[in-house]
Amino acid sequence: MTDTPLLDLSGLTKAYPGVIANDDVSLSIAPGEVHALLGENGAGKSTLVKMIYGLVKPDAGTMHMFGAPFTPSEPRAARASGVGMVFQHFSLFDALSVAENIALGMEDAPKMGALSQQIRDVSDTYGLPLAPDRVVGDLSAGERQRVEIIRCLLQQPKLLIMDEPTSVLTPQEVEILFKTLRKLSAEGTAILYISHKLEEIRALCDSATILRLGKVVGHCTPAETSARDMAEMMVGKLLQTPTRAGKSPGEVVLELANLSVSSPNAFGMPLRGISVEVRRGEVLGIGGVAGNGQDELLAALSGEMLSTPGMIRFEGQNIGLLGPTPRRAMGILSAPEERLGHAAAPDMSLTENAMLTAAAREGLESGGILNWGKARGFAEKIIETFDVRTPGPSNAARSLSGGNLQKFVIGREVLQRPDLLVVNQPTWGVDASAAASIRQSLLDLAQNGTALVVISQDLDELMEISDRFAALNEGRLSEPRPAQGLTVEEIGLMMGGAHGMEVAHV
Amino acid sequence: MDLSAINPVLFVAGFLVAATPLIFAAIGELVVEKSGTLNLGVEGMMITGAICGFATAVETGSPILGFAAAALGGALLSLLFAFLTQITLANQVASGLALTLFGLGLSALLGQSYVGIKPPRLNDINFGPLADIPVIGPILLTHDIILYLGIALVAATWAVLKFTRAGLILRAVGESHDAAHALGYKVVRIRTLAIMFGGACAGIGGAYISLIRVPQWTEGMTAGVGWIALALVVFASWKPWRLLLGAYLFGGITQLQLNLQGAGVAIPVEYLAMSPYLITIIVLVILSRDKSAAPACLGRTFHASS
Amino acid sequence: MIRLEKRPQPSRAFSLATPVLAVIATMFFGGLLFMALGKEPLLAIKTIFWEPLFGEFSFFYRPQLMIKGAPLVLIAIGLSLGFKAGIWNIGAEGQYIMGALFGAGVGLAFYPAEGHYIFPLMVLAGAFGGWVWAMIPALLKVKFGTNEILVSLMLVYVAEQFLASMSLGLLKNPEGFGFPGSRNLQQYESAFNADLIEGSGMHWGVVAAMIAVIFAYVLLSKHRLGFAIRVTGEAPRAAKFSGVNPTRLVLFCLGTSGLLAGLAGMFEVSGPAGQVTIDFNVGYGFTAIIVAFLGRLHPIGILLAGLLMALTYIGGDIAQSQLGLPAAAIQVFQGMLLFFLLALDMFTNYRLRFGRTEVA
Repeated sequence: MTDTPLLDLSGLTKAYPGVIANDDVSLSIAPGEVHALLGENGAGKSTLVKMIYGLVKPDAGTMHMFGAPFTPSEPRAARASGVGMVFQHFSLFDALSVAENIALGMEDAPKMGALSQQIRDVSDTYGLPLAPDRVVGDLSAGERQRVEIIRCLLQQPKLLIMDEPTSVLTPQEVEILFKTLRKLSAEGTAILYISHKLEEIRALCDSATILRLGKVVGHCTPAETSARDMAEMMVGKLLQTPTRAGKSPGEVVLELANLSVSSPNAFGMPLRGISVEVRRGEVLGIGGVAGNGQDELLAALSGEMLSTPGMIRFEGQNIGLLGPTPRRAMGILSAPEERLGHAAAPDMSLTENAMLTAAAREGLESGGILNWGKARGFAEKIIETFDVRTPGPSNAARSLSGGNLQKFVIGREVLQRPDLLVVNQPTWGVDASAAASIRQSLLDLAQNGTALVVISQDLDELMEISDRFAALNEGRLSEPRPAQGLTVEEIGLMMGGAHGMEVAHV
Repeated sequence: MDLSAINPVLFVAGFLVAATPLIFAAIGELVVEKSGTLNLGVEGMMITGAICGFATAVETGSPILGFAAAALGGALLSLLFAFLTQITLANQVASGLALTLFGLGLSALLGQSYVGIKPPRLNDINFGPLADIPVIGPILLTHDIILYLGIALVAATWAVLKFTRAGLILRAVGESHDAAHALGYKVVRIRTLAIMFGGACAGIGGAYISLIRVPQWTEGMTAGVGWIALALVVFASWKPWRLLLGAYLFGGITQLQLNLQGAGVAIPVEYLAMSPYLITIIVLVILSRDKSAAPACLGRTFHASS
Repeated sequence: MIRLEKRPQPSRAFSLATPVLAVIATMFFGGLLFMALGKEPLLAIKTIFWEPLFGEFSFFYRPQLMIKGAPLVLIAIGLSLGFKAGIWNIGAEGQYIMGALFGAGVGLAFYPAEGHYIFPLMVLAGAFGGWVWAMIPALLKVKFGTNEILVSLMLVYVAEQFLASMSLGLLKNPEGFGFPGSRNLQQYESAFNADLIEGSGMHWGVVAAMIAVIFAYVLLSKHRLGFAIRVTGEAPRAAKFSGVNPTRLVLFCLGTSGLLAGLAGMFEVSGPAGQVTIDFNVGYGFTAIIVAFLGRLHPIGILLAGLLMALTYIGGDIAQSQLGLPAAAIQVFQGMLLFFLLALDMFTNYRLRFGRTEVA
């Protein structure tokens, strides 16, 4: 490592209306260093890296690269200066091929034939197998990430930014990714690694900068700092772990027998022969990498997707051909992953969003005539009970922060006393204290005899609240096993091990 | 009724002409839709092109200048659509309709003093002795330059979309404007250029009707060709060569029903005249099952929020 | 540098102000247009907007406002239901024609019999004609996923040809000395949609338009189906999640808009127009699209927008005869109105920020 830092940020500030995303942030990264940027959702990590990548301009502060001022006006300029970025939400084009996707991210892409050869070379060198002519929409999440990484590596970056890279990977795939990153680091490429997963950072990173509410609250050397200390710096207060009382599950509520449904989307995942039972008072945790049938499973249970009779039974009744409304009347409620546009209508008020799913069970309508006064009351009750921060129920759903809207969406279902509740990613993008309260409300529900199916990509969350655990992989569900005592390796294998990595094992 | 009155050679030569306005309007719209924008204003841009081209050709005596003016007029009108959908983020369906309603009115206004005039004729290309080859000569080699330009444009669009970086970027913007934006591509600029290209093409297509196919100016003379062009893009699954094929199919049907009208077939004129529209519907029904070829961002509004 | 910033929630104030601002902007630029055509701009604007309401002959023009406004409002109310849900019926002009043909056809079939049952039967037939014509794109969309915009529009051209065929053939007046066009229903008492109060312009179509406004208002604000329409337009996935059946919604929205357009056509042919002719339709089906948007897809707004649009038609006619303003200029004027409305609508959801350039 040389003395001149590769990248030096000092006093970076960026304000958006109503929120200061970054406040006087300084940090420096040496060549070959793996530097962690640690913080909760909303701590300002994304804004910071967008400034480095030229997507956002800082209001104040300076950036230097190898001592020279660095002011990228657009991503192109940042890439030309040797900054590569792997996005959390992949900036990929489903209908285009791997090679075309990579060409789009390069300044002067060679001819397709030559590019394909380069892709093969890089993927061999770094153990990231990838066929250049495959259509990206057909790839698994891990493979899609490889497209992004190879796209960056072809530019021979001096600094590689990785935004939450492991959230879509199985534990085995994470190991492979880390090997690649260590190799890059040994070759002198610096890596800015953004995450909120402490153990990963301890395993991989040389140094860490911790952000909270837009400010740097500390620097540390992860290997020498305990995860708990880092967590406290990140969150700023001690976390409350949800409590659960010991209980014995009741009778079977939901019974899936060889549930198979094809996905309505071109690049969706069909469900393939899923069989499982869920009992009263039990939490079934379903893990798996995104895009392995999570959305489809929720849709099949909520009634958005219909299935052949006999595949889904609820309290003994065949419900495969019933739509969402009759299922709700029976006590099957759900909360999909996508808050804006699926669980809630963004431009509609909270009152209207309360009406969206609670019309029948809360008696908000009679004979087709809607009772808006009552709906408003119910919305107020959700806001009150779940501590949703908003001026009132007449505000539009999109005006709420992610965490508050999630509390509203989960609260809306929980307060309707479900017999079966299906949730997908209940705490995705939610700050830690809101996440804890959402988990607690789910456990309380189970305590009172509701059967729960919790689909999530956060394994820690699933281990915390599940009684039994199963994983979705390519639309198939593994045999559920008691959550207690499962090891990371076992979970990884249930999730399908390393997708498409057979070559890498050789 | 006298079917022998239909000369097969003239019929084929005629349907090449009938298809040309459709080819221009549809290939332009194909590029626009590939960039992720749905412009329902094709009819309005065509009719505007038709009168701009007609007026310019009459005033200057040059049909070629007329076509240039038509392209310009169509592109200028399309800028209104670009402004509405790309800058003020208005709904694309509504904006396209507005463009058509406005274009129909505007063209009627511009064209008031041109009703009943004959435009200057655009000469056919002289292929010399080649044009005397039996059958092939009269069918393929007795046309004006614009008709050949239309075919060339289809080929060029196909090549650009498939083989060039510009084409790749255009397709990428249509597939995911967010991803393209994250990579630093100027989504709004690219779409605006595509929309203007579409406007210019529609303008030329319209002028081909008023200057060559009919040739005279009457209000609303495009009579739904712009809408058929929109259907044609769906029919072609956003593929240029299929679009050419489709345009000839529709051109053939149009020409056939006109010839049948001329030949005095026992079917009333009105029912023959509605046939191209009915066939468009039938074709849409047959081909609507497969939507996978549509650009993923088609019709969606883009706002860079980062 | 100016840039757009999304508001946390839609602005109510701008939502109400936009149509008014759009009308003002259109008057301004319309004035420029009239000036370019060599007309005195203020006089032209006054002739269009003032003359019909308060001018010397307003006693004659005011009833015209009802006559022209009723079909526009009736059609626009139907269209607005679909537009709200993202279902685009662009073919109201065709449904209007079919409603007129069915209605007039039934009436003429009874000629010369007289009876109170005839007019109600014509109303039913007219509604049915429009409904059937709209159910074609609806069923094709539901069954085959066909684009309803293109199909409904193609059917306008088909309906126009059908209209030509009918006025030259089946419905042609046998005593019409060979002229195209049907018997005049105004001279057939049982089929005549006369003014309810002589000279007021209040015919049954006006009553129907008022009922449609009230019906749509109650539906959208109080009824589950109206809520389903609104949610589907705002967030289709959320609508499906809440249990809305998209298929039924398509059938309902297209069917209702066709039915109302058919009614409008029937009331027109049996009243103000009087007979089926080749050029019976004058573009109400398309102008109603502007009315629907100008009224912000809200029933009360549509009522006001319909009256305003009727005013531009009547005022345009006056300006044409008094000032020699071409008819097409009014069409441009109406198109402009829609442009300004769509452009200004941005302020409902976004606000302008002036300041440093953002890399966008």
